[in-house]
This record gives sequence, structure tokens and C-alpha cells, in this order.
Amino acid sequence: MAPYLLLLPALIFLATFTYWPMAQVVFASAFEGRTIGSATTYVAFGNYLRLLDDEDFLGALWNTILFITWTVIPSMALGFLFALALRRSGWLSNIHRALLFFPTLLPLVAAASLFIFIFLPGVGLLDYYLAKIGVHGINWLGDPDLALWSIMLLTIWKNAGYYMLFFLAGLQSLPEDAEDAALIEGASWWQRQYFVVIPMLGPTFAFVSVIAIITAVVQVDHVIVMTKGGPNNATNLLLFYVYQQAHEFYDIGKATAATVVTLAFLLALSALSLRTMERRVHYES
Amino acid sequence: MKAEVAATEAAAAPVSTAKATLRPWPALAAALFAAVVFLWSAPILWMLLASTRPESFGSLDMARLLPDTIPTTDQFNYAIQDGDWIIWFLNSFILVTGTLIVQLVTISLAGYAFARMEFRGKEILFYVFLFQLMLAPPVLIVPNLTTLVHLGLYDTLIGVMAPYWGSAFGTFLMRQTFRSIPRDFEEAAVIDGASWRQILWLVLLPLARPGIIAFSIVSVVFHWNEYLWPLMVLNSPENMVLTVGLVSFALGAEGASDWGLIAAGTLLVVAPLAVAFVAFQRQFVNSFMSTGIK
Repeated sequence: MAPYLLLLPALIFLATFTYWPMAQVVFASAFEGRTIGSATTYVAFGNYLRLLDDEDFLGALWNTILFITWTVIPSMALGFLFALALRRSGWLSNIHRALLFFPTLLPLVAAASLFIFIFLPGVGLLDYYLAKIGVHGINWLGDPDLALWSIMLLTIWKNAGYYMLFFLAGLQSLPEDAEDAALIEGASWWQRQYFVVIPMLGPTFAFVSVIAIITAVVQVDHVIVMTKGGPNNATNLLLFYVYQQAHEFYDIGKATAATVVTLAFLLALSALSLRTMERRVHYES
Repeated sequence: MKAEVAATEAAAAPVSTAKATLRPWPALAAALFAAVVFLWSAPILWMLLASTRPESFGSLDMARLLPDTIPTTDQFNYAIQDGDWIIWFLNSFILVTGTLIVQLVTISLAGYAFARMEFRGKEILFYVFLFQLMLAPPVLIVPNLTTLVHLGLYDTLIGVMAPYWGSAFGTFLMRQTFRSIPRDFEEAAVIDGASWRQILWLVLLPLARPGIIAFSIVSVVFHWNEYLWPLMVLNSPENMVLTVGLVSFALGAEGASDWGLIAAGTLLVVAPLAVAFVAFQRQFVNSFMSTGIK
């Protein structure tokens, strides 16, 4: 009995706040109503069809795909470059690491409130210094064509230093001989990174990309604080859409259906990450 | 979570001494990189400067990144008068401690079972935990809020904590930590007739300190910083936590274009973790390397 009793406390919370709500949300997405439970009209896949008809939802889905792509790739690339640059430890390197990592520790809402000022038209940090080199009049958060990219900038700033840590750990665990051999063969620095280091860090890249993707899907605090999905839904992301449907429009049918879609999104990614981890275990042993 | 613990171990390993990695930087590249790091730190630097400028400072030059005034605490004084900071701090403190304490109990027990016991259904149960790792709780905000209402936990700090009390990530971290402890330590205790309770409490947990510390740092940082979930659960002003308070505070100050005040408020929220980070930099870095999924 002992093992089951030991698992029980954790399982109770997993069941109550992960598995039960998952079942609930799938069930509730087949009904229309204002709250879960009070929803009485059975509509089968009606809510999903309504989602497909909803330009805001399709926009949020597309924005999320853009957001994932253009935050994950740049922040991983930067994190990797930072790690390469700071591979040797020393006092200066340690200070640089700490400064680059620091944004990770900030609450996303605190970073967002700083960046509202940074993006402020005219007197904000970016415009103030851009004006000195003759660039004027960029409305970072107010321009529908720019707003999503501005929010991505904040996300990249906040996460690159975090991913740097994983690459630093990966670099330190690499066997030294391969790189030395390449050096003796006369490979340049770029060649050594491209042909030796990056292939050997494959598992680290896979692992970090999974974390980065999940982070991109589940964090929408900055959207709530900076743009509320606007202007004109330009920064609406999936999870923000769910939040909006549930708490502004009280459309629980759409909210639950959108949650299921978001979950499916994450599950596809979790399959990927399971595979990654299995591969990693083999790699280690 | 083998991978994550491996990362922690790698962090502690001695720095590579390969010739290929030991080449010094060309001066130009070093200067260029320092410039990038400066650019990266500019938002933080601005926060420090803006929050210590006197109230009379013109808003036109608010963005300037030069220390051009004698630092004052004006902005902090106004910020403290403007918000219920003491209540917010206290609630955030209760939130992170309450979350962590229960987590430590549940993950130690479950981690121990997975690390040291054989039982039927172990593999399936393992996947039950693993699965949760991928389903970040924020996605389930809508149904979880309904559950909290039914349980009478809406608008309570316990309601904010409860969904995190069974942490799959923590369970894996503890499992890995326990597995890295040689069995010899327990065998002596078993021969002496110790029960699993005694083995866990007296032998394994003291040896699992690095794992416990790593999990604690990550958990505290995550819950101190979380916004969306407490925003949805909490309603009354006396239950507000720092992140939610900061946003309402900043929105008010934004209307007045009082950026120095916002910077000061932001700094207040960030300060405890920042101070801890400066003091225990190595611990923080190692812990975060072990996280992967929060």
C-alpha cells in the first residue's frame, strides 16, 4: 500500500486541477452558456464551428503561430550566441552572464510595464535615442502592423538569457577532443561551431525549443498589460482569446472550445518533447 | 527529468580546458559584446535611474540613460503612499510560502515512491505525472476557476495555490535527486529495522538538499512573478498580490504619465528577488538550469 499512499497527495491535486478540468473542458465545449455547469444547450461541434467563423479567433491562432516562430527562433539563437561568447568563465564573463540572465527573474508584468515606457511614442526610451540618429515617429504598440513585433521584442529580451543557461550547461558537458581535433585540422572558429559544436548540442537544442514553445503559448501577461490584444486584435494570442471570451464576453462555449484547441496545440508539442527526452536519455547512457 | 538534472550536474562540472575553447577574444569582439550586454541591460538601468530621479524631473528627458541627478527616494515615497504595498507584499509572501511548503511535502513523497519503490502500475502513473508537465496550468484557467468556485476557494490565496500543489516537475526533480543518492546509505538503516518514514526523513531528505533548494528557488520565483491566475482568482483588495497590485498601480500612474513612479513601483516588486539573486547568484543559475518546464 505504501507506494500508492505516497503518490496520493500529489495525485489528488493533479486529478483535481489537471485531469478533471481537461475532461470538463472537452465536455463543456459541446454546450452553450455563460458558465461551466449552467451550460445547457447541447450544440455538439457548434462552438468549434463558431470559432472557425470568428475572425478574432483565426487571427489569434495565426498570431500565436507567428509569435511562437519569431520569439522561439531569435531568443534561442541569441541564447546560443551568448553562451558561445561567455563559455569561458571569469569575472567579466560572470557579470555578463548575470546581466543577460536577469530579465528572466522579472515578473512578466513588471517587464511589460517597463516596456510600455520603452515603446512610448516620442519620449520613450527607444524613440528618444532613435531620434538622435534621425528615426522618428514609430508607434511601436499603436500600429497594428508593428504591435505584435514589439511584443515579441520584449519576449525575446526576457527569455534569451534563460535559454543561454541551458546552452552553457550543454557546452560544458561536451567532450573536448572533438573540438581540439578540428582545431588541429585547421578548422576556423565558425567551422568548429557549425560542424562540431552545433551537431553535438542537438539534444540541448531540441530540449530548449520545447521549453521555449510552451513558454510562448502559456504566457500572455504582457498582452493583458500592454495592449489588451489590440490594436485591432493585432496582438491577440490564443490564451488571451480564451481569457477574453470567458471574462469579458462570458461566452463559455467559445472559451472552452478555444481551450481545447490550445490544449491540442500543447499536446502536439508534448509528444515532441517526450520523444526528445527519450532521445536524451539514450544520449546520456 | 533526467535531462534537467544532468544539466544541473553539468553546471557544477569544472570548466572545459580544451585549447579550442580557451582562446582569448579579439579586443574588438569583446568590446562589441560588452556593447550588446549594455544594450540588454538598458531597460533595467533606466528603471534604476528613473526611480531615483526627483519628482521635478522633466518628462521630456525621462528616457535619458545618464545619471544626471542626485538620487532621491521621492518616487518610492509616492509609490508607497499610492498603493497597498504592505498588503501586497504580505499576500505574495504567504502565496509563495504556502505553495512551496505543500509542494515540498507532495513532491518528496511522490518522488520517493518513484525513485525507490516497485509497484504495479508504476509506469502508467509515471506517465500520468509526465503528461501534466506538458499541460501548463495556465491553459486550464477557465475550468479551474469553476472548480475553485465549487470548492468555495474563489477569492482566496489558497485557491491561487491549490492547482500547483501537485507539481509534476518537482516530483521528477526529487525522483532524480533521490536516485542519485547511493543505496548504501539506506541499507544500513534498513538492517537496523527503520521504516520508510524514517529512511525518507532521516536519511534521504537531508541528502537531497541540492534538489530541494533548486526546486524551492524556481517555485518561489515563478509564483512571486505570476499574474494571470491570481488576477482571475482574487477579487477583494485585501487579497491582492504584488503583480496584480503593480498593474493596477501602474495603470493609474500611466494615466498621469508618471513614469518615474511606475519605475519605482516596478523596482519594489522586483527588489526581493533581485537582492536574493545578487547574493546567491550561483544557486539561482544552477536552479534555473535544472528547471526546463516551470
